[in-house]
Amino acid sequence: MQLLSYTEDHHRFRARLRKFLAEEVTPHVDQWEKEHIIPRAVWQKMGRAGFICPALPKEYGGGGGDFLHAVIVIEEIARTNHSGLATPLHSDIVVPYLESYATEELKRKYLPGCACGDIITAVAMTEPNAGSDLASMQTTAEEDGGEIVLNGSKTFITNGINCDLVVVAAKDPRAAEAHQALSLYLVEAGTPGFSRGRRLEKMGYHSQDTAELFFNNCRIPKSNRLGAAGTGFYMLMEKLQQERLVVAVMAVAAAEGILEQAMRYCRETMGPKGPLNRSQALAFALVEMSTEVKIGRTFLDKLIVEHMAGSRIIVETSMAKYWTSEMAKRIADRALDLFSQAGALEKTPIVRTFRDVRVMSIFAGTNEIMKGIIAKMKIN
Amino acid sequence: MELTRSQKEIQKAAQEFAKGEFDKEVTVELEQSRSYPAELLQKAAELGFVGLQFAEEYGGGGLGLVDACLVAEALCRKDSTMGSAVVLAAFGAECLHRFGDKKMKEQYLEQVTAGKMLAGIALGESDRGDDFTVLDTTATRSDNEWIINGKKRYVTNGGAAGFYLVLCRTEAKHAENSGVALILVEPDRPGITVADLGDKLALNSVALADITFADVRVPLTNLVGKEGQGLAQARAFLDEVKILAAARAVGIAAGAFDRALAYVKQREQFERKLAQFQITRHKIADMATKIELARLITYRAAADFDKGKADPTLSAMAKMTAARMAVEVADEAIQLFGGYGYMTEQEVERYYRDAKTIELCLGTRESQKDRIADLVIGKLK
Amino acid sequence: MNIITYSAEQQEFRKRLRDFLEREVSPYVDQWEREHLVPKSVWQKMGRGGFLCPSISTEYGGIGGDFRYAVIVAEEMSRTCCTGLAASLHSDVVVPYLDSFGTPEQKRKYLPGCVNGDIISAVAMTEPDAGSDVAGMKTTAVEQGDEIVINGSKTFISNGVNCDLLIIAARDPGIASKHHAVSLYLVEAGTPGFNKGRQLEKMGWHSQDTAELFFSDCRIPKQNRLGENGSGFMMLMQKLQQERLTCVLGAVPAAELVVEWTVERCRTAVQNGKPLIKSQAVQFALVEMLTEVKLGRTYMEKLVMDHIEGQTIVVETSMAKYWTTEMVNRVADRALELVGEYGTLEDCPIVRAKRDVRVMSIFAGTNEIMKGIAAKFMGM
Ligand SMILES: Cc1cc2nc3c(=O)[nH]c(=O)nc-3n(C[C@H](O)[C@H](O)[C@H](O)COP(=O)(O)OP(=O)(O)OC[C@H]3O[C@@H](n4cnc5c(N)ncnc54)[C@H](O)[C@@H]3O)c2cc1C
Ligand SMILES: Cc1cc2nc3c(=O)[nH]c(=O)nc-3n(C[C@H](O)[C@H](O)[C@H](O)COP(=O)(O)OP(=O)(O)OC[C@H]3O[C@@H](n4cnc5c(N)ncnc54)[C@H](O)[C@@H]3O)c2cc1C
Ligand SMILES: Cc1cc2nc3c(=O)[nH]c(=O)nc-3n(C[C@H](O)[C@H](O)[C@H](O)COP(=O)(O)OP(=O)(O)OC[C@H]3O[C@@H](n4cnc5c(N)ncnc54)[C@H](O)[C@@H]3O)c2cc1C
Repeated sequence: MQLLSYTEDHHRFRARLRKFLAEEVTPHVDQWEKEHIIPRAVWQKMGRAGFICPALPKEYGGGGGDFLHAVIVIEEIARTNHSGLATPLHSDIVVPYLESYATEELKRKYLPGCACGDIITAVAMTEPNAGSDLASMQTTAEEDGGEIVLNGSKTFITNGINCDLVVVAAKDPRAAEAHQALSLYLVEAGTPGFSRGRRLEKMGYHSQDTAELFFNNCRIPKSNRLGAAGTGFYMLMEKLQQERLVVAVMAVAAAEGILEQAMRYCRETMGPKGPLNRSQALAFALVEMSTEVKIGRTFLDKLIVEHMAGSRIIVETSMAKYWTSEMAKRIADRALDLFSQAGALEKTPIVRTFRDVRVMSIFAGTNEIMKGIIAKMKIN
Repeated sequence: MELTRSQKEIQKAAQEFAKGEFDKEVTVELEQSRSYPAELLQKAAELGFVGLQFAEEYGGGGLGLVDACLVAEALCRKDSTMGSAVVLAAFGAECLHRFGDKKMKEQYLEQVTAGKMLAGIALGESDRGDDFTVLDTTATRSDNEWIINGKKRYVTNGGAAGFYLVLCRTEAKHAENSGVALILVEPDRPGITVADLGDKLALNSVALADITFADVRVPLTNLVGKEGQGLAQARAFLDEVKILAAARAVGIAAGAFDRALAYVKQREQFERKLAQFQITRHKIADMATKIELARLITYRAAADFDKGKADPTLSAMAKMTAARMAVEVADEAIQLFGGYGYMTEQEVERYYRDAKTIELCLGTRESQKDRIADLVIGKLK
Repeated sequence: MNIITYSAEQQEFRKRLRDFLEREVSPYVDQWEREHLVPKSVWQKMGRGGFLCPSISTEYGGIGGDFRYAVIVAEEMSRTCCTGLAASLHSDVVVPYLDSFGTPEQKRKYLPGCVNGDIISAVAMTEPDAGSDVAGMKTTAVEQGDEIVINGSKTFISNGVNCDLLIIAARDPGIASKHHAVSLYLVEAGTPGFNKGRQLEKMGWHSQDTAELFFSDCRIPKQNRLGENGSGFMMLMQKLQQERLTCVLGAVPAAELVVEWTVERCRTAVQNGKPLIKSQAVQFALVEMLTEVKLGRTYMEKLVMDHIEGQTIVVETSMAKYWTTEMVNRVADRALELVGEYGTLEDCPIVRAKRDVRVMSIFAGTNEIMKGIAAKFMGM
């Protein structure tokens, strides 16, 4: 039984994308990983070719597709074994804030650029002292005449160096209640008072420009607020389902890639007693890994169908986010064992995957936060 | 197990040394430039931290493996990478110390213990650990020389060492365990090619290379111990260094744990310290317990070794347990640090990779289990 | 999204079955557990109620339903915690041999009784010295004129005491090839030379009459051979997919029930003045259990549909058998820890559940065997 119903159009889209990535991305990945950044030109090529914002309505320059197109992009990017080209974050997490909550005017202003790759977006919630606990955020946004003045700093921001447009979460210090103080604002790169800090050195995601951002009396027009004042939390909550699902797709796709590499390696490599997969212990390990991947994939596919049907599946997506990201880590860890000493060398591709998947249980809400949400909704 | 007073003093000295000398920024630089911490090694050697278990006449400490483990643990705890680099300076010298003759030891061990020379040992030949019984490297006798041919893989300090102990076949393959010998090869002999293995998952400051020997000639007197003993010597060596590797793993785990512990006690979210969340508390409890368990088996193995009751089963168990534990503890440490854990700055991600490397070298879990199972199950009727 | 959709008829069937079980089974389970046997009259009531062998065609008294009926019976039976009334084993594992490979005469003779509960069936493969290694079986079947003479012994046979009809695997000592020597035979209870041995004491499954069986010059008519001579292995292999899936149908609902109880227990039980459920560790443990159960359920439902569609899913059912049975063991294990001291008392339903589920990773092919099969089919 096929849970997902891909159409001919989806298949063609995937084939075109795979070709594009093979030509324009894969050959450069090693270099980008060393340079710790992706050239903007790649975003533009990808956008012009129709692979950015595939689900955005055509009237704003998007592909007019559905969430399955987004899934295809995540899966195919996973196959390139690098994490810098964060178009899924852009297309499926950040841009949807604009699409859902921006005024028509702002949409006309920004969305076409987002879709063609001229505008790279980021979302900035996390602060040095406010990660899991978003409500304790300290960045402020105060109205001053027709303007909003932002002050504070953000950290761990994906696309932090490359971004042209940032969705910033900030608090009105005058609001009494923490949850009603939060709003989301659009800040363009180059706005005086907005500066980027250093690019952070990380265990993995080397080609990804994760950075600190600073706001120092940064003035933006009042019209750059998304939605009504004080509705920031509500918007974040609304969008979290898709964000978590996106991470689950990333995790399962990564795990499938790792498994494929490990299987091939064990089939082709000779151990003391023949091909490695003839060893019972290693064969069992591969079976166990395959099983977890298949179980994760089945659960994920079901959730994708439900998400597309508009169901509220907060509990299930939180389960999927934590379970599949843990699973991907387990698979990567085990696969590295199978590669034995080769697993200690950076040139073995799986080593990068191993480093990259580690973060999946941390970002987009740590797995502990996921479990807390499930507990709250399901048990308390 | 109680430590003696002198052991406690050594432990304390190592801790103080690490505290004063290790600097995480320098470590990151060395890792990135792939440079060995030569100065650090020199200083460590001056304080007697290299070759503690070697005889005093060769500059060693005249102490035991327990002492060496205490130092390895203390150093790795403060900095998993630099600690490992210092411990691995002598990787292979252990073998020379046990099986080499007086002349060799005077010539090489003194330099190693003085921190002036790195040791090297070349056993394995395949890409995935070694089945020593299918050795392809040969040493043929001609007049008063050995002529060595073959390729060795994954040699720690390869290209940087002052000598290599090379496992060679000296006779045709018929006799299973005989006909194998360890031969000392000086690195400047013609015919040696070193191919560095490039960037690694971790421990980039320590060289790792493949070494090819093409008609390399060394005097017959370079034979280590007796002909036919090579395999037994290699195994005895591995049994010893697995315990040292376990001690490193314990240190790495303890270091990752120290950092996570300090962090959860200081970091606040939801108006509480992380250390006030029950889940966090239980994680800390799990980590502490795992470390303690691994430490027990490691020192038990070292103590038995010092009493002359070296137990290969225990060595394998200690290495397997401690390495797995270290991976799990460091992994949890990353998680406790949240996004910070993923950042190089916080060190724990490096600890995690260093831990994983211990799991990958000297035989993986499966290979330890194979060995343990062989020894525990014995021959089947 | 519901992966399995039930027709109105099937829903009605479930409702009737549930009523039946509540009336005729649940109140007596404790007693049967103590007596280590389920009365034959219950099988008859269940058969007369139309709940046995729903897959058998109307021609032989069944309703010719698809595998969804098996899912319903397994799920509803799980809720009774009655392991003795092994309806799934009878309907979905043993009788299908007869249905698929029996001659019209054999079917006319036995199937109606299997459906109405007059005939309780069992399958005997395992021997004291041949468990995982079925090919190592020693029980012999020798043709003598129009008869077959069976000698040997079988063990661990479910329904061993109650059974009226046994499908037994035995080898022809005249054939050298282990795999071509085995055939399946129908042996009726009461046939001279067929003796039921003692009922085995077990960790769990107390109401289930697992027994040893002995054959000493047991003569049966030649027409009691099932299928072609020497095709025993082929038949076993052909039926294993459904047998394993049946195990999954046992494991997942059992896990669901355990979690349900545990949540309930943690809600009401008070420790140090507060309900257990207020403890974060307890909550996270429950969340993890709920997640694993959901993953297992999703995978199970997908495989059920694949199976109904007639796909070959040997690898997937083997994976599911091992994963879900390990999962239910993990879940039960953790559940016991959570309920604390109460978990040491037989009064606690989780205790029986733990004892009962432990066997699932052993029977119908141990989990190691499952992994071995999956490895083999995956080309390792
Ligand atoms: C590569 C990368 C990219 C990122 N990209 C972005 C981005 O684009 N935009 C953005 O806004 N953020 C981004 N983040 C930040 C990320 O979302 C945060 O790191 C994450 O939310 C966790 O916050 P923290 O790091 O402050 O950890 P903390 O919140 O300090 O958590 C530390 C540990 O405590 C645990 N913990 C916290 N609260 C509880 C509790 N109540 N009970 C039990 N345990 C608890 C956590 O699970 C974690 O293990 C990124 C992070 C990384 C590493
Ligand atoms: C960082 C690093 C540094 C090193 N430095 C040195 C050095 O300086 N000098 C040197 O000589 N060597 C060095 N090595 C190699 C190292 O010593 C070898 O990894 C070690 O000798 C392994 O030996 P083994 O016989 O225990 O492994 P093996 O038993 O050969 O194991 C190899 C792999 O095969 C698998 N395997 C083997 N048998 C079975 C089986 N029956 N069933 C299932 N799986 C099986 C194991 O799980 C493992 O993955 C280094 C390796 C690394 C990674
Ligand atoms: C309650 C109950 C009901 C049962 N009902 C029936 C029934 O109705 N009919 C019937 O015929 N049988 C029945 N069985 C028997 C059951 O199918 C066997 O117990 C099972 O097949 C395992 O065989 P064994 O017990 O001989 O274990 P063994 O085959 O001896 O296995 C012992 C252990 O070794 C492992 N092992 C075996 N081979 C390998 C291998 N190649 N690699 C790695 N590990 C291996 C196994 O996984 C297991 O862990 C029942 C058993 C029980 C407990």
